[in-house]
Amino acid sequence: MAENKPITKNVDWMVVLIYIACLGIGWVNIYAAVYNPEVNMSMFDLGNNAGKQLMWIGTAAVLIICILVIDYKFYETFSFIIYAVIIFLLVVVLFAGSNINGSRSWIKFGSFSLQPAEFSKLAISLAISKYLSDPAISLTRKLKDYYPIMGIIALPAFLILLSNETGSMLVFASFAIVLYREGMPGFIPAIGMVTAALLIITLLFVKWYIAGAIIVIAGLVIWLMPVMTRRRGGLWATIIIGFVMIGIVFGVDFFMNNVLQKHQRGRIMVLLDPDSDPRGIGWNVIQSKIAIGSGGFSGKGFLQGTQTKFDFVPEQSTDFIFCTVGEEHGFIGSAIVVVLFVSLIARLVVLAERQRSRFARVYGYCVAGIIFFHFMVNIGMTIGLMPVIGIPLPFFSYGGSSLWSFSILLFVFLKIDAQRPFTLSRG
Amino acid sequence: MLESRRFVIIGFFALVGLIYLFRLFYLQVLDESYSIESSSNSIKRVIEIPFRGQIYDRTGKLIVYNTPVYDLLVTPYKARVDDTLRFCQVLGIERRDFDSLMHAASAYSRVKPSLFLRQLSKEDFASIQDIMVDYSGFEFAKSSLRTYTAPTLANTLGYVSEITRGQLEKQEEPYYRQSDYIGQSGIEKIYENELRGKRGTKFVMQNVSGVYKGPWKGGELDTMAVAGDNLYSGIDLEVQQYADSLMVNKVGSVVAIEPKTGQIISMVSAPTYDPNILASRYFSKNYAALARNPYKPLFNRPVMASYRPGSTFKLIQALIGLQEGVITPESGFTHANCPVGCHNHPATGTVALGVMHSCNPYFYNVFRRIIYKNNIQNTFKASAVGLDAWHDAISKFGIGQRLGIDLPSEYKGNLPNKKYYDRFYGEYRWKFSNIYSLSIGEGELLITPLKMANVAAIIANRGYFYTPHVIHGIGDGKKVNPDFLVRHETGVDSHNFDPVIEGMIGAVEGGTARRSRVEGITIAGKTGTSQNKRGDDHSIFIAFAPVENPKIAIAVFVENAGAGGSAAAPIANLIIEKYLTRKVTNKALEERMLKSDLMSKVILPGQKKPISPDSLKKKLISPDSAKKKLLEKPVTAPKKQ
Repeated sequence: MAENKPITKNVDWMVVLIYIACLGIGWVNIYAAVYNPEVNMSMFDLGNNAGKQLMWIGTAAVLIICILVIDYKFYETFSFIIYAVIIFLLVVVLFAGSNINGSRSWIKFGSFSLQPAEFSKLAISLAISKYLSDPAISLTRKLKDYYPIMGIIALPAFLILLSNETGSMLVFASFAIVLYREGMPGFIPAIGMVTAALLIITLLFVKWYIAGAIIVIAGLVIWLMPVMTRRRGGLWATIIIGFVMIGIVFGVDFFMNNVLQKHQRGRIMVLLDPDSDPRGIGWNVIQSKIAIGSGGFSGKGFLQGTQTKFDFVPEQSTDFIFCTVGEEHGFIGSAIVVVLFVSLIARLVVLAERQRSRFARVYGYCVAGIIFFHFMVNIGMTIGLMPVIGIPLPFFSYGGSSLWSFSILLFVFLKIDAQRPFTLSRG
Repeated sequence: MLESRRFVIIGFFALVGLIYLFRLFYLQVLDESYSIESSSNSIKRVIEIPFRGQIYDRTGKLIVYNTPVYDLLVTPYKARVDDTLRFCQVLGIERRDFDSLMHAASAYSRVKPSLFLRQLSKEDFASIQDIMVDYSGFEFAKSSLRTYTAPTLANTLGYVSEITRGQLEKQEEPYYRQSDYIGQSGIEKIYENELRGKRGTKFVMQNVSGVYKGPWKGGELDTMAVAGDNLYSGIDLEVQQYADSLMVNKVGSVVAIEPKTGQIISMVSAPTYDPNILASRYFSKNYAALARNPYKPLFNRPVMASYRPGSTFKLIQALIGLQEGVITPESGFTHANCPVGCHNHPATGTVALGVMHSCNPYFYNVFRRIIYKNNIQNTFKASAVGLDAWHDAISKFGIGQRLGIDLPSEYKGNLPNKKYYDRFYGEYRWKFSNIYSLSIGEGELLITPLKMANVAAIIANRGYFYTPHVIHGIGDGKKVNPDFLVRHETGVDSHNFDPVIEGMIGAVEGGTARRSRVEGITIAGKTGTSQNKRGDDHSIFIAFAPVENPKIAIAVFVENAGAGGSAAAPIANLIIEKYLTRKVTNKALEERMLKSDLMSKVILPGQKKPISPDSLKKKLISPDSAKKKLLEKPVTAPKKQ
């Protein structure tokens, strides 16, 4: 059987190579971000983030070897147990966590600190995959089959919200992709996108105008509708949809002004108009755009970025690491990173699709979705296309928890994928 | 069927990737504005202001130099002043000032340093810098201040001050920036381009907190600041100060020229003020007080004030008459048939005697001959032709035009010609009898003290002059302005000067200026009494000495002081003696001139009677007294927090 074949034969080397490339580029850029021309510092010095990142990369390698050695059935079998352990940690962190930057989400072991929220992605992915591996579950027909999924996501989401780490929670939106693949009706993500579009429009224009525009469009739709469709209920459907949209507009307005906290509202407003608060919340966005924009086509050169070097861009080695890439390596460097990510994600989808078990496929889509969401939001915020949400760029941003969690997430899937020729299709 | 959804999903991923690539391409390649913003963010241009050139006198003594001073800058967002009261006490400012200064600084920028107090002296700086450590957000920047070794030459040197909005907008090539200093008058203005030097520019990198992070591109774009050129003047500081002391409590001018070169030895504009007061941080207060002063101390009288030359003009009349051959040295005229009056004096049978006794009818006749040239067929036509010929001859003495001295706002005075009288009377409707008062330097003639000193220099040189100038050397190479090396001829032959000089010697030895003669020095001089509408006559005297080898030519004007012999001549002769021998023998005369208060006779515009001159120094804040004020404040040791 498969067990006596070396893992190196079956593992997907393309993904591994992209992973290594990302880590390498990321590490070099972390060094550039923390580099101080006045201090002669080494990339290998544990006193700075670049040196520490190298240590995290080393430990991640150890973890990967462990993952590849452990039997692939372990992950499926222990899915819910892993989920339970992470939930337990999330509860523990609420009481025992140390407070960093206003969020109580870190567990300290001596000089190490770990963020359980980072690992909740893995836990949810495994749990959803396990749940959906039951062939009786159908997302196309039965509404009640959604409830457990909602529960699986909502419980850690709630706990993370309590620890004030909203960014990590928003990542769970990425599970919509896997659910769509597994049969969720297309109108649900459509509604989500329409709602997001309405949200932005509501912030830009006076809500009464939008309501008027929706009524006009609804009228046009009804007028242009074939008579048969109208008689069959198209009329009422359109009217109801129109009212729902107007409701969303007013709901968004209410949500913005009464539900969101001031800094959250600010982050969304800044996305629309960074100059509204150039020294405050807008600062990050403006400075990061300047850093990336000033890179030009080929960049200012390694360690030559003035914008990132002199601390104009905040959180350079973590959430805003892409600024360093953009400033020092220009459009070429940025494009390489974007292409790397898109290739990785596309490759993961291809790998997921070739799985014989539903568990493996769902899990593969979860991994692709999570990495994609991080990529989209993180790079989007540095180039002013997304609100500032503090989530790391996978494999690039400095930080042990995130590097570990993404490495585990990815290599669990690669391990399962490597065993694919020897598993039987069940779903 | 669900499997086909993978294409939707991959398509969505690819779409986001593409959007990001386009966005990056736009930000990094298409939109240039970001790279500009990045430079303005992290690369700062630092301007280095060089020291202004220094000015030396003819003996190599410093007249003007620069003192390092300290500007206090504040960065509003960093500024923390817990006890405003003590802070204000230390700096010697009012709470009001503090608030408005802070407000102005915040209005300019919260994060960039702006000027809080300017020009604290080294002593002030030393006394407060330890205390200022307690207040964050304040820093000192070194700058410099014009300093004058002696309280003299205020109007000649001029002053520097912050560039005005108008000047800023009018400048042809954009050199100056707001709050830059620029020479506003006098030498400082004329030689601004030489004195200011070359500003240096450094590009430095700074981080987000504005902390210096080294030169940009290794400093390859930086330029060094080059100090301004030093200026070398012909001023004799010792004589200048002596002349100043003689002109105390008088209104008027002294101009002394070295005839052989045209260099100005001394130039007094009385009343004057200490130039240091306009170089302090109390500039605006002091300037306002000077501008309000009714005696107009800011008015540079030697080149801007105009007077009728009075009898001093007779010298030129005699020279023109001799040159044109209408009189000979032996020509004599009596008082008979003359509309101008005279005083009692011996007969004037020669030009020398006419000059010596300053005989009005004598020069009436001389002028008559110059105009008519014995042609009395048509007196109207002859007057017109004669006056223009006379005008051209006089013009060669520099009268009625700008001499071109290196000082701003030189007044050209007035020398009437045919056109001038035609405007009053109509062409050929005037003749000699309308203009005869020109013969004795009255009437429509207007002349500045500088020009009269130049006339003395011409006579000393027997026929030529060099444009009078304050500065004769620019920079360490002592570069000379070529205009000052041009010898201007008057067209009067040197032998024609003999009888005039003889008369001038006579005037000092036994004529109108005999009371101020100097033992051992032959001075040739001529008094003048200039009539004017307000109050007593102005006292005028021009002279040069020694006659054998003239080293100094001088003109002294004292307003409302009466006859030329009473005030101007003694002052001129004391200065001549001081310059030639470095000492003064006639102590009694010196004492009298030092003490005499002729200011009380000056009638100010709009007044009928002289008012008692209030001291100009009262309202002024001298840097010394201000320093005292600052130091007198109780400076207590700061409490440590």
